[in-house]
Amino acid sequence: MKDLVVSKLRIWDSRSGAALVEDSSFTVKAGKCLAIVGESGSGKSLTCRAIMRLNKAGLRQSGDIWLGDIKLTALTEKEIRRIRGTKLCLILQNGMRAFDPSSTIGSSVRETLAWHYGWSRSEMIGKMAKAMTAVKLDDYLRILNSYPHQLSGGMLQRMMIALAIVLEPEVVIADEPTTALDTVSQFEVLQQFALLRERLGCTMVFVSHDLGCVKKLADEVLIMKNGVIVEKGAASDIFHAPRHDYTRYLVTAKTSVNQHFRRLMGGDSFVFH
Amino acid sequence: MKRYVLGKVVFAIPLLIIITFLAFGLNHLSPVEPAEAVLHAQGVPEITKELIAETREKLGMNDPFLFRYGSWLLDCLRLDFGSSYVTGLPVWSQLGPAFLNTLKLTLVSMAAIVGLSIALGVGSALREGRLLDKGIRGAAFLLTSMPPYWLATLMIWYFSVKLDLLPTSGMDAWQSYILPVAIITISYAGIYFRVIRSSMLGNLNEDYVLYARANGLLELLVTKHILRNSLQVAVSVFGMAIPVILGSTVVVENLFAWPGLGSLSVRAILSRDYPVIQAYVLILAVTFVFFNTLSDIVNAAMNPKARMDR
Amino acid sequence: MKLLSIMRRDKWAAVCFTFLSAVIAAGIFAPWFAPHPPEEVHMELRFAGASWTYWLGNDHLGRCVLSRLIYGIRPSVLWVLAALSASVAIGAFAGFAAGYFRGKTDVLLMRLCDVMLSFPGYVMTLAVIGIMGPGLEHILIAFVLMKWAWFARIIRTSVLQYSNSDYVRFSKMLGLPGVSIMIRHLLPVTLPDILVVSSSSFGSMILQISGFSFLGLGIQAPNAEWGMMLNEARSVMFSKPELMLAPGIAIVLVVSAVNFLSDSFQRMLDPRLMSSRPIRLKQGFSISTRLKEREVA
Repeated sequence: MKDLVVSKLRIWDSRSGAALVEDSSFTVKAGKCLAIVGESGSGKSLTCRAIMRLNKAGLRQSGDIWLGDIKLTALTEKEIRRIRGTKLCLILQNGMRAFDPSSTIGSSVRETLAWHYGWSRSEMIGKMAKAMTAVKLDDYLRILNSYPHQLSGGMLQRMMIALAIVLEPEVVIADEPTTALDTVSQFEVLQQFALLRERLGCTMVFVSHDLGCVKKLADEVLIMKNGVIVEKGAASDIFHAPRHDYTRYLVTAKTSVNQHFRRLMGGDSFVFH
Repeated sequence: MKRYVLGKVVFAIPLLIIITFLAFGLNHLSPVEPAEAVLHAQGVPEITKELIAETREKLGMNDPFLFRYGSWLLDCLRLDFGSSYVTGLPVWSQLGPAFLNTLKLTLVSMAAIVGLSIALGVGSALREGRLLDKGIRGAAFLLTSMPPYWLATLMIWYFSVKLDLLPTSGMDAWQSYILPVAIITISYAGIYFRVIRSSMLGNLNEDYVLYARANGLLELLVTKHILRNSLQVAVSVFGMAIPVILGSTVVVENLFAWPGLGSLSVRAILSRDYPVIQAYVLILAVTFVFFNTLSDIVNAAMNPKARMDR
Repeated sequence: MKLLSIMRRDKWAAVCFTFLSAVIAAGIFAPWFAPHPPEEVHMELRFAGASWTYWLGNDHLGRCVLSRLIYGIRPSVLWVLAALSASVAIGAFAGFAAGYFRGKTDVLLMRLCDVMLSFPGYVMTLAVIGIMGPGLEHILIAFVLMKWAWFARIIRTSVLQYSNSDYVRFSKMLGLPGVSIMIRHLLPVTLPDILVVSSSSFGSMILQISGFSFLGLGIQAPNAEWGMMLNEARSVMFSKPELMLAPGIAIVLVVSAVNFLSDSFQRMLDPRLMSSRPIRLKQGFSISTRLKEREVA
């Protein structure tokens, strides 16, 4: 297992020259989970995609990103493509849109696995079946034969996790994986993430604006605002002794909403912490 | 799916009835009495009241409207559209071959349009904002702003007169196809390529593309997925295009003296040859409805979302 | 004024707008702009080249090409604009009624639109000309009859979208009469959409109508019209191809100005198009109808 090191990452729009992420440096220790928290537009997703070098053509990036002793930013397009999927895995926000709408889930998955490992069909189904049962997608044959629109967002989210389990990456990057889900599915998916870490022992970057989720998963937290890191530290420190005004604002806003909610609901059974 | 197809077919039936009614009623909406028009078209020098009355009787125009509509419809089903006022020959003997000629022109043009607009659309979408994209879009913009008949005349002048490479008119050899097909293709590919392009761009920004790339798939495979989803739109669009082109080759046919429906219809209009106009409108409208229904159904069959409500 | 701010931001749109305004003004005040009467025949000047008295030369009857070009604006541009406005007005009326009142009115009107849109526009125009005989006014009538359904459809969608908004519901709740809600609240917000759809079909309408005149089905001699002028030039294209140039270029300029302006309206009024993210074409229907509108050849 290797550390993920990002140093002096800068992302800007090549047309307008406007900087979207400025001088961003952080390290994720092997096997740890880093949560990146911030409002939409704060540069969280851009940072994630910059690690995989998947930002849109109009965006440029500078700075170095290391995965152990591999310098991701220096790889050729062909080399990074081999890294994507096998060493770095991305899990997206909206499961509904993450799979090709006109292919079955199975054929999308098969394509990825065949490309990286060249497994036979039965081998693939065997491994997928195991991974899918692990994420509680028991009816795996039916799901593999379904089109994305026939499944729910939560199922597709777990499908992405199952694929990650089979691919056994060193780093899992999850880009707001729970935002598009209802509370119950959110809870299930979060559990699966926790299990995923246990199972693979992988490093994780978890982007969210939901501090509840972050508290549950993260070892370390990074707060971003307008493309700048305003605070980073251990999760417990951030939640109990926020130093930056903005962090304090986020934490108190969250707790006050929770308290209000709890008062309304007459108990704390509904909100998980 | 079954219900969907049935619904489409059921909707087509009243449409067909309205179309036949309109086509039949054409005569009666005309400011000129049909019997008089017949005599005019036949070049009778002196038209008297008696002559008109006699012609009316001969053409069966004194029977009740619905009765005549019914018998006309039955005749039409047997491809008997009456006789031309001008030549006296059965309409179908002129219209049938003309329809085939127009169909040939349409299908060849269609193939060229599909090929060209997919190539241009895909090319410019994959190079969005670059020189290739800008060039293609600029050229398409300019070409769609040109009157096709003007472009055609200029091309005839250059290729046929100045260079003497291609025939100016008729459909004698395969070379005769080049100019008409080029004109139709230019007029339509400029429009359809935009659809392909914007559909490609829409798909390029979809999450599934990002996810496929994040899984390390080859760009070629990713492009294949994008194409597959974008071309779904294209199928319905091109399905719609066949009848549209079939009905609008009029200008090109007249310019190149193509012996098709377009030339025939304009000649018929200028000489007020009502049975020919009637049959022309009927046949094209029916073809149009047929292709529309067909492309709706094909589209539904291709799109898994529509397939779901089986 | 939204229009003004668009012009300020987009230089080319401003150029196109100015050009079109000049063309329209020249058409309206043709007698003042044209150096000669358009139908004045000078057999001794047949096919004369450009000169100081006749800037663009003379045609096969020795008539002043420039004057004919200027008078030709009337049928080729102004009358097309009038037909378009009539068609959009009918479409807006139907679209507003369907989108605002919903229910049976909506079902009835939209079924009617479905039927209208199932007819091939070009063939129907030919049919109308077939019945009523060749003539510009017949073509214009046919266009108004054939196109309104398409406008009605688009405008209805736009009205539906806004009539669900809170301020419209609020006005309804207050018991304001429907007509005044439509005029005061719905018309201003749907106007941009109406502008986009109507401007986008203006260009193709100019092309189609001049095409009919080119075939001899439109305006009749000796009136000046651009398609007609091209038709007259065609018969001498082997000896005097330069006569094809002036009217052809006039059409190309006007149509590209219209199309450009329409595209920039669309870009400005639809912020999604401003970014690199293009419109998401979700329903096959909207595209197919949009394309049906763009019959050219």
